[in-house]
Amino acid sequence: MSKQTHTEPIDLEALQQRDKKAFAQLVNQNSNRIYRLALKMVGNEQDAEDVLQETFIKAYKSIEGFEGRSKISTWLYRIAVNESLMLLRKRKDGVTHIDAGIKQDNGDIIPRQIIDWCCLPEKELMSSEVRDHIRKAIQTLSDANRAAFLLRDVEGLSTREASQALNISESALKVRLMRSRMQLREELTAFFKGRMAEENV
Amino acid sequence: MMHQHDTDCKMILNNLSAYIDGELDEDLCQKIETHLETCQNCRIVVDTLKKTIDIYQKDGEKTTLPPDVRTRLFACLALEDDASRDE
Repeated sequence: MSKQTHTEPIDLEALQQRDKKAFAQLVNQNSNRIYRLALKMVGNEQDAEDVLQETFIKAYKSIEGFEGRSKISTWLYRIAVNESLMLLRKRKDGVTHIDAGIKQDNGDIIPRQIIDWCCLPEKELMSSEVRDHIRKAIQTLSDANRAAFLLRDVEGLSTREASQALNISESALKVRLMRSRMQLREELTAFFKGRMAEENV
Repeated sequence: MMHQHDTDCKMILNNLSAYIDGELDEDLCQKIETHLETCQNCRIVVDTLKKTIDIYQKDGEKTTLPPDVRTRLFACLALEDDASRDE
C-alpha cells in the first residue's frame, strides 16, 4: 500500500495562521501523494504538475476552512480530485467515457474472461510493458470511478476516508470501487491472455 | 432455472469487493470460501482481481515526485524547501 510517512504532526493552529514553516511541512509531507494521485487522474506529467500546484495554492488560501473533521491529507486529496476533475472537464472535447468492456446485469458486474494469469512470474507482471499498459487501462475508467479506485486501492485510504474525499456516501464509493476493480481486471486479463498466447506459439 | 452453484457464483460476485477487503461477516465469508474450494472460475476471478489491485499498488509505490517538479512547487508557493525531505 502506498503510504507516506508522517514524521512530525503538523501544528494546525500555525497552519491556519499561514505560518510558512508549518505550510512547508504540509507540502513536504503530502506533495508526493498528491502528485501521484494527480498523475494517475489526469494521465500526463504536465497536467499533474498543474494540479499539484493548484492543490497547494488552494489549500493555502482556504486553510481556515479546514475544520479537522477528517485527516488533513484527506482534505488535500479532496482538493486535488476536484482540481483534476476540473482540468479533465476542460480538456474533454465532447468525448464521453463509456465503461466499455463491462457488462452489467441488474446492477451486477459479470466477468467476461476467466483466465488464470496469476501464475505468471512476478518479473513479468511488473515489466515496463505491463506498467505502461495498466496506466493506459486506468484512463479507460470514468473519471469518477478512477478517483474512487485511486484513493482506495492505490493511496490506501479507508472506505470512509475515500468517501469523505469524494463527498459521496460510503455505499456509492463501494459501487464505484467494485466497477473500477472489475473493469481493470478485465483489461489486465485481456492483456495477459494475449501475452500467454504469444508464449505458447 | 438457476442451480445452487450458479446462485453461489452470483452471491460471490455481489460481495466480491467486500470479500477481498475483509469486510464481510464471518458466516458469509465462510460460505464464500467453501464455494471457492469447488468453483475454479470464481477462484480465478477472486485471484486475478486481487492481483490486479496488487499490480496497481506496486505501480503506485514506484511513482514519486520528480525533484524538478518539487523545486517548482516550492518556488510557486514562495516556500523554502527544507533539504531534509520527510517523504
